[in-house]
Amino acid sequence: MFYRPPAGMTRRHFLEHLAGASALAGSALTLGGALRANAAQIKKNHKACILLWMGGGPPTIDIWDMKPGATTGGEYKPIATAGEAQINQLMPNVAGCMDKLTVVRSMSTREADHTRGTYYMHTGYVPNPNVVHPSYGSVVARESQVAGLEIPPFISIGGASEGPGFLGMAYAPFQVDPNGRVRNLERSPDEARMMDRMQLLSILEKRFIRENRGSAAEEHAKVLDSTLELMTSEQMQAFKVDQEPESMREMYGTGGFGRGCLMARRLVEVGVPFVEVSMGGWDLHQNCFTTLEDKLPELDKAMSALVNDLSERGLWDDTVVLWMGEFGRTPRINENAGRDHWARSWSVVAGGGGLAGGGVIGATNEDGTRLETEPYSSEDLMATVLAGMGVSLNTTYTATNGRPMKIAGGGKIISGLLA
Amino acid sequence: MPPRVPRPAVRLSLRRGNLLLAVAWGVLPLVLLALAPPTHHAVGAEVAGADTEASLSRAAASDGSARIDELIARGWQENDVRPASPATEGEWCRRVFLDLIGRIPTVAELDAFLAEKSPDKRAELVNRLLGGEYAGEYARSWAGIWTNLLIGRTGGTMRQSLTSREGLTDYLEAALLENMPYDQLARELLTATGDARPDMPNYNGAVNFLVEKLDEGGVQATAKTAQLMLGMGVQCTQCHNHPFNDYRQNQFWELNAFFRQTRVRVRRDDDPDVQTRYATLYDGDFLGEGTMGGRDRRTDIVLEIEDGKLVDRGAGSVRAAPIYYELRNGLVRVAFPVFVDGTALVDLFADRGAEYGNSGRIAEVNRRQELAKLILKSDEFSRALVNRMWAHFFGYGFTKPIDDMGPHNPPSHPELLDELAANFAASDYDLKELMRAIVLSRPYGLSSQISNRNADDDPQQGRPPLFSRFYLRQMTAEQLYDSLLAATRADATVKEDMRDALKQRWLSQFATAFGNDEGTEATTFNGSIPQALTMMNGELVARATRTGGGSFLAKIAGDPGLTDREKINYLYRAALARTPTREESKACNALLAARGGDVPETLADVWWAVLNSNEFILVH
Repeated sequence: MFYRPPAGMTRRHFLEHLAGASALAGSALTLGGALRANAAQIKKNHKACILLWMGGGPPTIDIWDMKPGATTGGEYKPIATAGEAQINQLMPNVAGCMDKLTVVRSMSTREADHTRGTYYMHTGYVPNPNVVHPSYGSVVARESQVAGLEIPPFISIGGASEGPGFLGMAYAPFQVDPNGRVRNLERSPDEARMMDRMQLLSILEKRFIRENRGSAAEEHAKVLDSTLELMTSEQMQAFKVDQEPESMREMYGTGGFGRGCLMARRLVEVGVPFVEVSMGGWDLHQNCFTTLEDKLPELDKAMSALVNDLSERGLWDDTVVLWMGEFGRTPRINENAGRDHWARSWSVVAGGGGLAGGGVIGATNEDGTRLETEPYSSEDLMATVLAGMGVSLNTTYTATNGRPMKIAGGGKIISGLLA
Repeated sequence: MPPRVPRPAVRLSLRRGNLLLAVAWGVLPLVLLALAPPTHHAVGAEVAGADTEASLSRAAASDGSARIDELIARGWQENDVRPASPATEGEWCRRVFLDLIGRIPTVAELDAFLAEKSPDKRAELVNRLLGGEYAGEYARSWAGIWTNLLIGRTGGTMRQSLTSREGLTDYLEAALLENMPYDQLARELLTATGDARPDMPNYNGAVNFLVEKLDEGGVQATAKTAQLMLGMGVQCTQCHNHPFNDYRQNQFWELNAFFRQTRVRVRRDDDPDVQTRYATLYDGDFLGEGTMGGRDRRTDIVLEIEDGKLVDRGAGSVRAAPIYYELRNGLVRVAFPVFVDGTALVDLFADRGAEYGNSGRIAEVNRRQELAKLILKSDEFSRALVNRMWAHFFGYGFTKPIDDMGPHNPPSHPELLDELAANFAASDYDLKELMRAIVLSRPYGLSSQISNRNADDDPQQGRPPLFSRFYLRQMTAEQLYDSLLAATRADATVKEDMRDALKQRWLSQFATAFGNDEGTEATTFNGSIPQALTMMNGELVARATRTGGGSFLAKIAGDPGLTDREKINYLYRAALARTPTREESKACNALLAARGGDVPETLADVWWAVLNSNEFILVH
């Protein structure tokens, strides 16, 4: 029953045996999925998406929709760009690639609390005590089953993102820090020993699943399988940003967000369909403008490097880049030189994949407190991004509560954003 | 309800118990006796005169359990659901150890329980876990749980943090060890003043709840207090009226006004290399948010010229100390302390003058003290705690989420919630008595196996839970850590004062803070890949599976009184509270052959597999 492999057993050999020991009948491993697999053979039916997540709620009125001269205008001046939009003077490099990106200045949402807003912008649904909705990454991971991908299809760098909801833990975000260190990746015993252990473990797992105590038992086995596959995958090299030449690392910026963006490009290259890169610290209730002096140059460097690098590698038309936070910030500047939470009129930026570039969609009034044009919701944005990736908007899931659940909350395409 | 008995002040005698008392009080309808499993209601033992306190206490718990049984069973009948069969003795024992003291039982503890013949053995075990030899473990485990609730998993873990995690945990452990009534605990947390760190002269660990929640006028203190003490989700009313309930924006700021006298004084270490910051929480006069948009809003300024100097005669008199907040349309409103039920401090202090209650002077009105009184008097206070406790033991509360209660979110079992809350208040807020009633109830003792007749009872599908079976849930990272230590005594060689630090370091790898003004956090110990990697390759399991001299596995392997088969059985019982199936035994024998008959190494393989299994990590 137990097999002693010769010394120097290959990964392929190891996996062949693990396939027999897989924790879960019918899983990728038992189907021999591990035998495919090198980057050249990656096959996917959809484009990839990189979400640049601005946790805390960025002051979009100071970045993408500036109001010079208004009392709400803040301390910075706008500059012209390669596209229609004018943007903050601290973003000259992004200005140079605005021909590829579109600013949507007419987002209008209702969730101005971090937890609710983060959930809503990630899922296209408002929080509901009875069902947990899957986030962008989980939906894309599910829709873009990538043949040959051995690492998780939804990776979140430097933040927790939102979970898979009713789609199950197999579509959960795989969270890494911007250094790309994945803890506990090194197998402790040798491969043969590991296989032996997996044989017993798979018996345990299957027995407990058979006892019919709830879906968590099976979810556990699925995650075990994914973990095994990842542990032995060459694709894990994609996390190692340090393998990039120094000039490349310099171009993105060596801070956490820059490294995260560079890692995102590497991950997309090996076939990962959804990567979220977090840049936090936008909850600027105080000292908004002095803080932007540090944050915007970091954003400028990393975001422009990402857009240019993807373009130069011929990946731009296959990769959507989406920049957003959970809401914007008040046009009114408070007594602490800060801006508070504001969801009624704010901006997001998107481009790449099947999306248009260079334009501006929608407009706010002269002081940014109101929309002058048709409002767009999280649902609309998500629908447009998914359409730009080639995901069908007719997709409907059956949630755990048995109800049909439209992908992207049944949002409508934002006209002009889709190329 | 029967008269409440005082909490037993002395240790319980563990042998004798008597449930006849409960029956004698007439609280058990006969129909219930028929419904309930025999172990809970073993009638027929004689009334023992000695050790009345233990008996009374048990009777009180059994009374609470009986009402739980009755009201939960009513839900089954109404929904045509048949409850699962009772969990096995081993399953129940493992479950109750995990839920009460935060770890699985050792083999010795499990065996002792299984061998016990007393019909009252479950109640006896629960009493021991809540008192006696396990009192210390109970207090440590729950101090950890409360610490996570009060300051999150990341609170006080940053070097520059004002919060002393250790300070809070020490305080809580002492409070829980003496079973401090929950109202007193809540009052102390709400009103604490003093130094945050145990090495400071006026140390009061309770200050750590609020010490780092006072930025921006105490927005986090407001939201967290409402959430924890009242089960109210008011966070979003900071900026606007609640979208689906009656909470209005003014209520948030009126509640917030209670925290405006609360201040933090910070002292830095003299040594610049040591970045420790020493925080002290105190109350000071709050004279109101005097300026808004450059204009002075104080209404009681009485300026006079005296000896050529400008003197404010208004100072010293009672003055209303307002705060201001902004509506979404940009209008600015004023707020004074008003509790969520509409009780305003001006009304409470009306006999002392019209504006007296709005005073921010600490000598006149201590707003936090007043808030604590109002919270403790409110119905929500007990209900929030009961709901939280229920969710701890059953995986789901009476509402989902548990801390957003209110008319917009009706509970699944309103009558039971009300009754448990009333009993809890009447019991002098005795946490242990509440726990005892819950874990000795019938629903808590049900199997987690799904049958055709209860498959519909699935709260994961968004239905209100009926508690007709035990819902599978994952151990917390803390439970896993303590369980492995208890099973393997891996820290026997580690000095006591180092143990908490080691545990904290291990736990810290799972927590992520979002870094916003709500203090939101996430954990990767949630059944995802990082957790699986930790279990398969991480240091904790690696340490547990070591076979070197003096190790747990070496000791079992070297036990001359055990056959190889018994050694493997021992590991199964230690982790899973059961013995291996035939298929598993066969696989273990194959492992022994593959290891060339090396018993310690085989045990390492078996132990690794068992610890990595779904059955181990899922509380079932």
